[in-house]
Amino acid sequence: MNTLAKKIPDSVRLQTQSPWRRVAVEFMSSPTAVVGLLVLLVIVLVAVLAPWIVVQNPYDLMQLNVLDARLAPGSVNMDSGYTYWLGTDGQGRDLVSAIMYGLRISLWVGIGSALIAAVIGTLLGLVSAYIGGWVDALLMRLVDLLLSFPAILMALMILAWLGKGVGNVMLTLILLEWAYYARTARGQALTESRREYVDAARGQGIGPWRIVVGHILPNCLPPLLVIGALQIARAITLEATLSFLGLGVPVTEPSLGLLIANGFQYMLSNEYWISLFPGLALLITIVAINLVGDRLRDVLNPRLQR
Amino acid sequence: MSLPESPMAANPTLDVRNLCTSFYTRAGVLPAVRDVSLQVQPGRILGLVGESGSGKSVTGFSILGLVDAPGRISGGQILFKGQDLTRLSASQLRHLQGNRIAMIFQDPMMTLNPVLRVDTQMIEAVRAHRPLSKRDAREHASRTLALMGIASPEERLRAYPHQLSGGMRQRVAIAIALLHSPDLIIADEPTTALDVTIQAQILSEVQKLVREQGTSLIWITHDLSVVAGLADDVAVMYAGRIVEQGSVADVLDRPQHPYTQGLIDSLPSRNKRGQRLRQIPGMAPDLLSMPSGCAFAERCSRASALCGQEPEPREIAPGQTVRCFHPGAADAQ
Repeated sequence: MNTLAKKIPDSVRLQTQSPWRRVAVEFMSSPTAVVGLLVLLVIVLVAVLAPWIVVQNPYDLMQLNVLDARLAPGSVNMDSGYTYWLGTDGQGRDLVSAIMYGLRISLWVGIGSALIAAVIGTLLGLVSAYIGGWVDALLMRLVDLLLSFPAILMALMILAWLGKGVGNVMLTLILLEWAYYARTARGQALTESRREYVDAARGQGIGPWRIVVGHILPNCLPPLLVIGALQIARAITLEATLSFLGLGVPVTEPSLGLLIANGFQYMLSNEYWISLFPGLALLITIVAINLVGDRLRDVLNPRLQR
Repeated sequence: MSLPESPMAANPTLDVRNLCTSFYTRAGVLPAVRDVSLQVQPGRILGLVGESGSGKSVTGFSILGLVDAPGRISGGQILFKGQDLTRLSASQLRHLQGNRIAMIFQDPMMTLNPVLRVDTQMIEAVRAHRPLSKRDAREHASRTLALMGIASPEERLRAYPHQLSGGMRQRVAIAIALLHSPDLIIADEPTTALDVTIQAQILSEVQKLVREQGTSLIWITHDLSVVAGLADDVAVMYAGRIVEQGSVADVLDRPQHPYTQGLIDSLPSRNKRGQRLRQIPGMAPDLLSMPSGCAFAERCSRASALCGQEPEPREIAPGQTVRCFHPGAADAQ
């Protein structure tokens, strides 16, 4: 045994390959997913860097000129000479700049609320699975209740009560979404807690909290990650819907949904670009996230693994 | 009960008295362990033998306090160095688990957390009981792996469980059990999932370490040949009770209980070449509908009307007890 181990050269020995590295390698083996990831990265980069790369701040009224309103794509500004590649909206905003700022709000609301919901939902799910009994029953019935309502109806009810605003929209999305994570985390934790490594950890005198967070949670992450990716896309669309309906973000911080809503009234007068381009931006974002999420699901689902 | 019964039994590491563990299921109460008493002296190895469902693993889990609902210890005492484990709070028990009493589980594929590196798991196990820095804990883990005959411990520490072979994983699991030099190790069939050569290596290494460190070991197995080679004492379980116990030499050479004899007869051996193996007729009883009296009576060639009552353990020779109304060597039938 020992002599054999010595004969094997170091280069042949197994490299330390973490399960996450394997996931990364498998993820990269799908060209569509890589394209999705790249597009997503560009979108996030544009959103983050928007204030430094836009030609005008679309919400600084000093920089707007109503005379430039509803210019077609490719029109040129008379004073400064720059081109409105995607045209301008009803207030004379450059649509490229407006979309970049809109992406900021949309992504911030979507990713922020999905992440907070993930943390809250996962913790509640783990606690529910670990404590069991009436706590589990109560939490899971609450989850059933939330999931059985149409999300848009729930969101409208909550927002009608809370009022508009970026913070309130995020709060609404969190209230709606934690249930998905909680249910998944609970189911996964219940399965995992019956595995022998949990008994082994208990037999080592490791405390319950450390077992739940240190041992069970890492094994629950794959399905939660998949849900997380898809829920971000869902949160962004839901926010866009709410904003389109006029219950979302305020006019001073327009997201993509609000931009679409603003241009909607001009659609019939052939000024299609005001709605179309923000809509395309939203579409590309969602498709990119879904491509990444789908691939994650394929890679992380043990049942689909070869 | 306060007086020691013999000078040998003066300070047993573990003294289990009349332990009963039952599972309260919807189908009824399932008495998995019934009235089990056993002792393990420092530095001794006890083989706990029985077939599947005889209650040997539940006995091990009960000692370590790992029996989960719907199971519960319903009676008896578990005295570990004089302290009754059944009366301890969860946190007092946790202080002993892995520290003074350690367990090695059956399946090395399952007992290591698949998503955590070996070092993460070992460092956590060290720091659960010792206030060491991560670096010192890792150092200690590495030394313990080397103790288990693992060739390049540093490399193994950086590996994930799936990168190790079954034998290597079980060595790691045993090393985790040895981290705190416990007074008692409960090993629940740790070598059954391994092939015979690895099993032999691990058995000899464990035996050596236990002797050197003066650790008491309970080796749970269904394999009498493992017990013959490894253990000092043996307890044979059937349907939740210990039917015979004593030193390995006494019990395996002069089995008194018909069930022990049946187990030994059903082992193939060189002397029995060409002969048909004798098997025990019938099946182990359903624990949910246990017959009154001796649980083995239905399958026993010696059963009589007396066996309708529950036999009490009797000391038939010094250090050898049998729970049977008709004990005796096989020839004396």
